[in-house]
Amino acid sequence: MIHWQVIFPLIIFLIIIFAIGFWANKQVRNSESFLQEYFLGGREMGGFLLAMTMMATYGSASSFIGGPGVSYNLGLGWVLLAMAQLPAGYFVLMILGKKFAIISRRYQAITLIDFLKKRYNSNIVVIISAFSIIVFLFASMTAQWVGGARLIESLTGLNYTVALLIFAVTVLVYVIIGGFRAVALTDALQGTIMIIGTVVLLIGTIIAGGGINHIMDALLNENPQMLSPFGSDGSLTPLYVSTFWILIGLGVIGLPQIAVRAMSYKDSKSLHRAILIGTIGIGTIMFGMHLIGVLARPVTPGIEIADKVMPTLTLEVLPPVLAGIVLAAPMAAIMSTVNALLMLVSSTVVKDVYLNFINPKATDSQIKARSFWVTTIIGLAVVLLSLNPPELLIMLNLFAFGGLESAFLWAVVFGLYWKKANKYGAISSMIVGLVLYIAIYQFSPNMWGMHSVTIPILASLVTFVVISLVTHYKSTLN
Amino acid sequence: MRDARFKIANREALIGVVLVIINFAIWFGFAYGLGSGDPTEYTMILGFPAWFFYSCIAGTIFMIILIWVAIKVFFKDVPFTDEEEDI
Repeated sequence: MIHWQVIFPLIIFLIIIFAIGFWANKQVRNSESFLQEYFLGGREMGGFLLAMTMMATYGSASSFIGGPGVSYNLGLGWVLLAMAQLPAGYFVLMILGKKFAIISRRYQAITLIDFLKKRYNSNIVVIISAFSIIVFLFASMTAQWVGGARLIESLTGLNYTVALLIFAVTVLVYVIIGGFRAVALTDALQGTIMIIGTVVLLIGTIIAGGGINHIMDALLNENPQMLSPFGSDGSLTPLYVSTFWILIGLGVIGLPQIAVRAMSYKDSKSLHRAILIGTIGIGTIMFGMHLIGVLARPVTPGIEIADKVMPTLTLEVLPPVLAGIVLAAPMAAIMSTVNALLMLVSSTVVKDVYLNFINPKATDSQIKARSFWVTTIIGLAVVLLSLNPPELLIMLNLFAFGGLESAFLWAVVFGLYWKKANKYGAISSMIVGLVLYIAIYQFSPNMWGMHSVTIPILASLVTFVVISLVTHYKSTLN
Repeated sequence: MRDARFKIANREALIGVVLVIINFAIWFGFAYGLGSGDPTEYTMILGFPAWFFYSCIAGTIFMIILIWVAIKVFFKDVPFTDEEEDI
């Protein structure tokens, strides 16, 4: 069933996004430094843009579709867990903060790998980093792409292939022609829609459920554990939930698509504003969307497929036009994640692989042509793979978040704040982090009741410190 | 010799660490301190269980205010480019 009133706001949303892409393309063509403009938007982002692009990149399909589905089944305990994401709003920017901004300008770094390369002076670091970014983020891009297409499919009734093409064409056009500036500007629009959508749906759900008191009573009658911090089945232990602080709060510093944003803003004031706006934004979305999932239970009972909770609820409790705006939110979340990943993978291929190893003397026009082509080819490859995602890619996507954090977190943090950090420490900790994460995830997930990412992060920390100290001592002897 | 801006940056990073510790303490303390009993006997505040209200709602608002104050009081404006170092 197609509701045109629902589709209409979605179409307007897509048109505005196209317009932004074309406007940004003008800036790209007029810019003096193509690389810095195309991949970093000329380092000109203000506070609001920085906050929105951080938030929108971080908030993905799982915040709007997957997350509410889980809280529908587990109750308030899952909202508690989701609130571990609040530090992603301030901690990341405070830690990377001014130091990263100053040093990345000094090194003239365009990508996270640029920074690592100049800090550690090692090609092996570049190769491991580039490899993990390309492999993991390519996989997670495909997963988000599939999610976007499924969402359009379920809202419009179009078949999967057509839905995928609509989604792909929109994203590819504005990212390819507009670069990072288009990504950041559309992120601002998408982030705003995400916040407004969350608030509207939360209010609508509370009204439809007859007020908070009424909804809580209904939950209490169904299963009192829905109201406890331990989850409806008691599976959310304090230790398990606490270790999520590492995965979705603190470790976010190690995600390249987030870190690169911390080198693209204009000045200190932008940073200060972004910290505050970003924290409020992330707090609102994560709290709102996950609470909505819990409240949805008495309002629309008996939904079997968790991913359908949010769309079903929206169509049920809101008038059609409002529903259209709210349903643009998950779409915005998916797009704003995908566009950042596409940009990042493309910059890795062009700047870190092509310019580093293949053709260091490329002229400006060569770089320009390569950048457009690489972005296009990667985009099209993702579309092709999304038509029928291979098993391996689905598996790699599961590793992506924790894998990248395990690989990059300490290399970035120690690279900035510890003088004795050296390439031996960085290389060994990246390898230990990556291998251990994949091994634990595969063979013993949630080892000792902690999230799989915990042990690899701690192990790579120890490895980094020990190896750096040992090799530092040796190199001072010589 | 040492860049004075890095001293500021280091201090602000430390403030970030302190804020996260406070954030975690509020979140954990209220959730498991007040929420460990029998759900049918929870005290309710504004319709929510008290643990949830303090840990996820009041705690989040408190953190946002704290972050705002920290930025106003402790965070300094510094230039990012190297030419203007003599300030």
